[in-house]
Amino acid sequence: MSLTKTERTIIVSMWAKISTQADTIGTETLERLFLSYPQTKTYFPHFDLHPGSAQLRAHGSKVVAAVGDAAKSIDNIGAALSKLSELHAYILRVDPVNFKLLSHCLLVTLAARFPADFTAEAHAAWDKFLSVVSSVLTEKYR
Amino acid sequence: MVHFTAEEKVAITSLWSKMNVEEAGGEALGRLLVVYPWTQRFFDNFGNLSSPSAILGNPKVKAHGKKVLTSFGDAIKNMDNLKTTFAKLSELHCDKLHVDPENFRLLGNVMVIILATHFGKEFTPEVQAAWQKLVSAVAIALGHKYH
Repeated sequence: MSLTKTERTIIVSMWAKISTQADTIGTETLERLFLSYPQTKTYFPHFDLHPGSAQLRAHGSKVVAAVGDAAKSIDNIGAALSKLSELHAYILRVDPVNFKLLSHCLLVTLAARFPADFTAEAHAAWDKFLSVVSSVLTEKYR
Repeated sequence: MVHFTAEEKVAITSLWSKMNVEEAGGEALGRLLVVYPWTQRFFDNFGNLSSPSAILGNPKVKAHGKKVLTSFGDAIKNMDNLKTTFAKLSELHCDKLHVDPENFRLLGNVMVIILATHFGKEFTPEVQAAWQKLVSAVAIALGHKYH
């Protein structure tokens, strides 16, 4: 599965808008994830997961920054996220099913914050983009 | 049996009461067909599905979307009794329509995203969680009679 030129344009132009709110988007995404899918908290026993916690904010920033890195290198996401891919495969070992859950929560956050931009076409492009990112992050699992 | 707390029920019914079910139905089904184009396999006789604007403007998509979402309204009136409420529809989707239940999960998530675009900040993480619980329970109820 690879992104068309149109899809890449949509992602890159929306990213420019999104990046100004990157940190809060990351935090909100994680809050949504942990509330809707409590089983995902099992990967964070060492975290304070209360809304507003410093750890949640820091981790949310990290996650969205990585999505941003993928958007900025949208022609070669594999290369951009290679280190992260290894981290997930050998250290974190997050079950692949969770990437869909996180992606969904990020889409919900974007839809809530940018309703006018989040057209059906943009929705499709983002869903596909995050699917590609998820594939890259799980491609070294076995 | 899924149990919804009083808060969850309020989160669900209050948003539902503000929704234009007809419009939202067309949007939900339309987005499903746009974002997950393989779902078009069930709608060969719907005419022009060749582009996002064709899909979203397609009168058959709008009509069918309205049907689907109206039925979802029944779920909301029977949140404590979903399996019974959807027993007949479950049989229909299995025996006559041959729909993979995975599609119910996809549509449920598309609906959640549409709620987010409509309600913005009001669609808080807590409200989303209540809706995820509902769409998941409806998907399970619709798959319950499969054999």
